[in-house]
Amino acid sequence: MNEVLDAVLGLNTFAAAIRISTPIALAATGGAFSERAGIINIGLEGMLLGGAFSGVLGAYLSGSPWLGALLAVMFGGVLGYLFALFVLRFRADQIVAGIGLNIFVLGATAWLMQVIWGTRGVSPNVNGFGEIVLPIIGHIPVVDRLLGIHSPLIYGMFLLVAAGWILLFKTPLGLRIRIIGEHPEAADAAGIPIRRIQYACLVLSGMLSGLGGAYLSLGHLSWFSMNMSAGRGYMALAANIFGRWNPVGGLAASGLFAYTDAVQMRLQGLNLGIANELIQMLPYLLTVVVISGAVIRSRPPAALGRRYDPNR
Amino acid sequence: MTPPAKTARVTEILHALGAVVLALGIGAVLMAASGYNVVTAYGYLLTGAFGNFYNISQTLLKMIPLIFTGLSVAIAFRSGLFNIGAEGQLYWGAFATAVVAIRFPHTGPAVLVPLSLIAGAAAGGAWGMIPGYLKAKTGAHEVVTTIMLNTIGILATGFLLRVCFKEAGPVDQTPLIPESARLGELIPYTRLTWALFVGIGAVLLTDLMFKRTALGYELQAVGDNLSAAQYAGIDADRMLVVSMTLSGLTAGLAGSTLVLGVLHRFITNFSPGYGFVGIAVAVLGRNTPWGVLSAAFLFGALDAGGISMQLFARIPMDLMTMVQGLVILFVAAPFLIRRIYRHGKR
Amino acid sequence: MKILELKHITKRFGGLTANDGIDLDIEKGEVHCLLGENGAGKTTLMKILFGMVAADTGQIVHDGRPVSLHNPHAALRRGIGMIHQHFMLVDRLSVADNLVAGCEPRRGFLLDSKKSESQVLSAAETYGLRVNPKEKVENLSVGEQQRLEILKALYRGADILILDEPTSVLTPQEVRDLFSIIRNLTAAGKTILFITHKLKETMAIADRITVLRGGKKIATVRKDDTDPGRLAKMMIGREVFLRPAKPEKPPGAVVFEAKQVCASHPLRHLRLKNITLSIRAGEILGIAGVEGNGQLELEEAIMGLRPIDSGGIVLNGRPIQRLRTAERRAAGMVHIPSDRVRRGMIGSQSVENNLILGVHRKKPYAKRGVLQRPEIESYCRRVIEAFGIRCRGGRDTAGTLSGGNQQKLILGRELSQEPVFILAAHPTRGVDIGAVESIHRLLLEKRNENKAILLISAELDELLSLSDRIAVLYEGEVVAEGDGFTEEALGLLMTGQTPREATPRDAAR
Repeated sequence: MNEVLDAVLGLNTFAAAIRISTPIALAATGGAFSERAGIINIGLEGMLLGGAFSGVLGAYLSGSPWLGALLAVMFGGVLGYLFALFVLRFRADQIVAGIGLNIFVLGATAWLMQVIWGTRGVSPNVNGFGEIVLPIIGHIPVVDRLLGIHSPLIYGMFLLVAAGWILLFKTPLGLRIRIIGEHPEAADAAGIPIRRIQYACLVLSGMLSGLGGAYLSLGHLSWFSMNMSAGRGYMALAANIFGRWNPVGGLAASGLFAYTDAVQMRLQGLNLGIANELIQMLPYLLTVVVISGAVIRSRPPAALGRRYDPNR
Repeated sequence: MTPPAKTARVTEILHALGAVVLALGIGAVLMAASGYNVVTAYGYLLTGAFGNFYNISQTLLKMIPLIFTGLSVAIAFRSGLFNIGAEGQLYWGAFATAVVAIRFPHTGPAVLVPLSLIAGAAAGGAWGMIPGYLKAKTGAHEVVTTIMLNTIGILATGFLLRVCFKEAGPVDQTPLIPESARLGELIPYTRLTWALFVGIGAVLLTDLMFKRTALGYELQAVGDNLSAAQYAGIDADRMLVVSMTLSGLTAGLAGSTLVLGVLHRFITNFSPGYGFVGIAVAVLGRNTPWGVLSAAFLFGALDAGGISMQLFARIPMDLMTMVQGLVILFVAAPFLIRRIYRHGKR
Repeated sequence: MKILELKHITKRFGGLTANDGIDLDIEKGEVHCLLGENGAGKTTLMKILFGMVAADTGQIVHDGRPVSLHNPHAALRRGIGMIHQHFMLVDRLSVADNLVAGCEPRRGFLLDSKKSESQVLSAAETYGLRVNPKEKVENLSVGEQQRLEILKALYRGADILILDEPTSVLTPQEVRDLFSIIRNLTAAGKTILFITHKLKETMAIADRITVLRGGKKIATVRKDDTDPGRLAKMMIGREVFLRPAKPEKPPGAVVFEAKQVCASHPLRHLRLKNITLSIRAGEILGIAGVEGNGQLELEEAIMGLRPIDSGGIVLNGRPIQRLRTAERRAAGMVHIPSDRVRRGMIGSQSVENNLILGVHRKKPYAKRGVLQRPEIESYCRRVIEAFGIRCRGGRDTAGTLSGGNQQKLILGRELSQEPVFILAAHPTRGVDIGAVESIHRLLLEKRNENKAILLISAELDELLSLSDRIAVLYEGEVVAEGDGFTEEALGLLMTGQTPREATPRDAAR
């Protein structure tokens, strides 16, 4: 019984939840920018996976996880740009294009793994991120394990979520983004450059997801395995909706999903007599429950998913 | 989403072919950049798909589950729904079929085969109904729910297998299904059974449903213009549930025919992603039943040829996954093909 | 003094010529009305002036210099602003946010919201328009939203204001307020371009009038040199009978009743309160009111598209408030919806498929769920002929038909079902005058065939000429019902005021 309580309420579980939430929260913030600008981005999964792969590739080539993360961010940005190109310039259906992107990245990462390293399934080990200790917090007994000692990417995630919130709600650019997603005709009439901003939002969502992917492969582990993202990109979508298209809300929602995942992993280790498969289902079931409940209460950006062509 | 009118159909077909050619072209570029010989590779692709009688039978064999998953996704698309959950639905279909077949070993094939197929269809339909119901009642977006239900379905069937129906031994699988449940081969030693005709039959029925029945009309109306359908008295919520149920049912049959025709048992991880390839098939086939049939044939060929490519030219099968993703992207982007076409004219 | 010249502007959209070599001169400080029916090309011309659409040929000269306006920003920089028919406002954001969008005051990287608000207030004061900077736009009245739109343009330094059908959503009193704002603006040296299809308003506010028809400019005249009759003739090209003849007719038994119907919407504020109406066979009951006072809610409640909280709806003695839409239609109710493109038809499907929408399960169009194409085709041919729908045949795509023909398609479908009750919401909105006449004729025909008709409309002329009785809807309640209303009385009732003059036979509440 004690072990179950420890699994559910233990400090280690919460610390693990923070770690697990990082890639989801980053992707959810990316999703917030994309959807606030009116574009449904199903491709978050592919951008996460692509980031995870390119992060390991960068670390492999340079020996440094930092350069790996940089490559992941750039690669994510490229994926974001390509997605924007297909949706905005070539008028692809947003959801179909997102699925296509995900399938493509799935194949591409597995292919490249074999071409570059000759392995199928797992890449060779690279230098991952170590943990850093924060100056003051890192030395307080209980808090240190929770907040004081983490991979630098996790602190980066907190900063980026906060920066994203400020950008979206407190800057002129953020106002313009929100107008585009609510009423693109009004944005057009106000002379706002719609296409340019939408491209930028998609590239940003790709970069953020790419960084999240880098955390997946480099932050806690130090290798890439096939289909490493395992649906986290879709959870990020749900987290964004649950978080009301707000980066901070998305972080909270990601935390919730991450928490169930952390609990699930700890419970599996204990022989409780409940089948592992059922325990493993927890985060996915939670996502379904959340998204069934969340949608009625929240209002998405009014023009989300609608294609608007500024006619000249 | 209304399928294209007759006059636009030729353009649509050319567009679809163009997308495939472009995707294969990019595949060629990737192969060349990785140091493979493109000509040899695509040579193996062609011969692997069509080179001899056996290979053609393998193409047809690979085509069968894709017909069902392609139809499944296409049916949902026509009502405006994105069914990404065909994978989970086909797992349930396979599982239910195996269980029913094993339970009634002494029944003759005339009863057992249809019974098993119906069980698979029902299980898939029920699993498809869940996201449909959630969408109708709560507005939950079916992309997220169907994807989550994929994992849940795969875990659940694995659990039930392990706990109730497992054959003794190290592998997570059921015992073999009885002889009377197995579908007869069309060509000996090819594993190509008359499941192929079940697939073609499904295509026919779907086509008739959309063209000739009031139900098909309503499903299409809801996908084209939900408000107008509601104003006309069509129960849109009910149509969403019906659409997802039919979609899940068809995907379930993909699993059923695999169990009855090829695998002869239910085993974990038996699907190399048929549900996801089904999306590419539906998109390429423009959501029309006969388009899906043609697209399924094409992807079956790519599948069979890809195996050959991997075996003889050592090119990983993942290239085909990439090609699938590219096909989806290119088919979904009408203006890209148009631009390339115009560019090429100059 | 000429401030603007449009020279030989031409614009084609596919096969349609929206503007055909139009020349237009605008003088500084005038109110210039651009008059024409729907589809005459007025909005397209002004969108070209505002930089939202690029002209194919032609030139624009501003203050003596030729200019190229390739987007709204460029137009705004030249002092040209546009207030659209459908407001370009974001409901969820505040007045201040909406006003400064595109030229936001900054403090470093951040948006300076205090400065935004103070700028709103000072602009409001300069032009005498009252607004509250912190209020969310969705909570403003339509008149206030329009004032905000005007303020937006002035804030960006507009000297020339283009108003696109500004009065279509206003009550007569709000129209008067708008006109006084316009006069203040011209007194301050601004120039106003006023797009409209309403003759009366043109005569009230214009200095000069340009009439467009079929994409071409017909004439430019001074208001004092013309009259409504001559303008109408220029707009249409032939004589127009503005009021069809309606024979006196004793109405039959009560067909439709609404008894104390209440309905509310979870998100929007508006609720229907105690709606009580009755319509007899062979009678047209008109519902007057400014858009947004409950008409859509009433439409949806009657047809079963929205649940009601309390009250009863009765059709030929049978309570139907619990029946679903399909069942109400089966009982003999048909519906011409207010939003025809989005709710009345499926643009991507054929004319044939649209004509069976709603009756696709009935005999003879379907037997046991299977569609009977031969019967459908012959029904289709009959309706196309009877209602004069101009198309290439049943297989034609419905979305390619003109607005008027689409409306005829919907009317044809609904009226062919031998209904007992017809709900016609804004049946002539966006339809050119020739089709308006025939739609009015059709409705009167059905009235003479003893159908019960509920007519919802924002056009007082239409209501007065077609209705036997009129009920006024204001903020979700019926505030008056009767016959013999004058336009003035209706206008007052539509804003919730009681007219001081003699009230008609059935007293206003």
